[in-house]
Amino acid sequence: MIARLGAAAGAVWLYGGSATAGAITGTIAGFMSATVRTATPLAFAALGETLCEQSGVINIGLEGVIIAGAFASLVGAGAAGLASGVALAAVAGAAIAALFGLFAVILRTDQIIAGTAVTLFGLGLTGTLYHWLYGSAGAALSIPTMRASPLPGLARIPVIGQALFDQSALTYAVYVIAPALWWWTYRTHAGLALRAVGENPDAARAAGVAPRIVQWWAVILGGVLGGIGGATLVLAQAGTFAEGMSAGRGFIAIAVVALGRWHPLGAAAAALIFGAAIALQFLFQSMGWPAPYQLFLALPYVVTLFVLAGAARGRRAPAALGRRDL
Amino acid sequence: MSAPDIAGALDALWRGAFGSKYVIFSATLVRAVPLTLTGLAVAVAFRAGVLNIGAEGQFLAGATAAAGVGLLIVSWTHYAQQLVALPLALLAGAVLGSAWAGIAAWLRRRFGVLDVISTIMLNFIALDAVAYLVRGPLQEPLHIYPQTPSLPPALHLPMLVPGTRLHVGFAITLVASVAAWWVLRATASGFRLRAAGANPFAAASAGMIDVGATTTRAFLASGALAGLAGAIEVTGVTYALYDNISPGYGYTAIAVALLANLNPLGVIVTGILFGALSAGAAAMQRDAGVPAAVVSVVEACVILAVLLIQQRRPRAA
Repeated sequence: MIARLGAAAGAVWLYGGSATAGAITGTIAGFMSATVRTATPLAFAALGETLCEQSGVINIGLEGVIIAGAFASLVGAGAAGLASGVALAAVAGAAIAALFGLFAVILRTDQIIAGTAVTLFGLGLTGTLYHWLYGSAGAALSIPTMRASPLPGLARIPVIGQALFDQSALTYAVYVIAPALWWWTYRTHAGLALRAVGENPDAARAAGVAPRIVQWWAVILGGVLGGIGGATLVLAQAGTFAEGMSAGRGFIAIAVVALGRWHPLGAAAAALIFGAAIALQFLFQSMGWPAPYQLFLALPYVVTLFVLAGAARGRRAPAALGRRDL
Repeated sequence: MSAPDIAGALDALWRGAFGSKYVIFSATLVRAVPLTLTGLAVAVAFRAGVLNIGAEGQFLAGATAAAGVGLLIVSWTHYAQQLVALPLALLAGAVLGSAWAGIAAWLRRRFGVLDVISTIMLNFIALDAVAYLVRGPLQEPLHIYPQTPSLPPALHLPMLVPGTRLHVGFAITLVASVAAWWVLRATASGFRLRAAGANPFAAASAGMIDVGATTTRAFLASGALAGLAGAIEVTGVTYALYDNISPGYGYTAIAVALLANLNPLGVIVTGILFGALSAGAAAMQRDAGVPAAVVSVVEACVILAVLLIQQRRPRAA
């Protein structure tokens, strides 16, 4: 089920926007712009997963959360516009995350296996609903994508201006959410409680914090952000839904979290590396580099493996990550 | 959106899985072969505490190796002896499946990379690699279809039940399951594997058991089983390698293994059960228009239900 979908993934990545062929500067600018655009859904998902892992829960079901958000955004946007698409995606992401939370947080089952099941569930459910709602052939339903709205002034900064400040509103939301989460997790009592549960749940409990309640809300909030990440794929990039279009982004986002050292700002920055790996295919194609197309498709997955191997040194995951006995 | 015809769908499901003797042997049991073998692969890995979600990629690696090596042998010797070419193709499948798992095993042991993520990444890479190979070096000579040339009859697994599509791979699967059961239950290496999976810290501090080496070996064995499944699928069912050769067997395998409580003999039963579900779902999609993706939902529910039951009854190693 997950695998079948790799093919669809390629098509989606290519939709994102076209790098200007010709002038090298135009090509580079296009590449940087595509990097930020493709990094946006990963950043959303990774920010949510960071929160979740800071509380000691690793949600491998993130892939299922993202695809649910992607599908819900199509339904919502088709019915009542882009904003309701984002809203419905957040709800759908939270719902799938709640299923995971029921097993992982409340019933304290194995987090990895529960997450794997939730991913299968999300992929299967969206595939089924898509066929039922939009015909057995899955006739593509096209949604007008969010337009890039250049920020006055900022978009004209040389080199980085266009890449960073000529994007959709969802990308700008990441610029706000990442620092906000940093401030919240490191500068408030609630955030401290969250990280305490992930580091030392017994000490947190002694300090009057209820670990399971904290973890539950971290998982739900992670689901909201993951769902919006899925919405970004549809509303700001592809303009349509394809079965399995998440194409492993949930798992890539988990690698982003590790690379970002379980820090919200780190996650947002790390997402850019993977965005670049995905966007490289635009660059190579516009430069006419004669290598098989499938190599570019495989690149983000290969980068993920390298990054995870590299991040092993000196990283520090929350000490109670994956613990069941609380 | 038309209202789904539940009764019609269930009827199609049943007829597609158990409707006739032919369907049982040619659809249900034929699909049970890759599901049981990949389920066995997952069970062996999980028993050792290795969360190998990569049976899908290892299956593809095995299928690729069997097709590639098989065709290579045939092209060298012009007419290949079935007794030589076929075992070599199956062996190549097991070896490449094991090697593909070996990448994740090495990343785990050397860098502590989470098996779940590395194996899933390797699944996607395998998928892209197959997509490239069947359009590139391994494509059939006319370069029309994205697939390898058809395997010559010397590379076809013999049929087990005449007049059906049930091939010798079914017997291989039964033998592999019994062998895995015996190894886990009655040998020293099986004991080490179970001990390393049940409690790695206890196993390590008791001395005698090198947990790292034991889990690596289990990972490699798991990959070999999944690779063998891919090789059997190519030589017993599809007779060629192409993009969607696996409809997600490696993921269904997780449900197969967990529902069997990670017991190698139980995997035969659950493999056949999911084989029936898979055959029935295909019929359901064909006859009643119910998307086959619904099977993933069923699989997910099975896994969650098993988790729920295990919560009440801790599993003995």
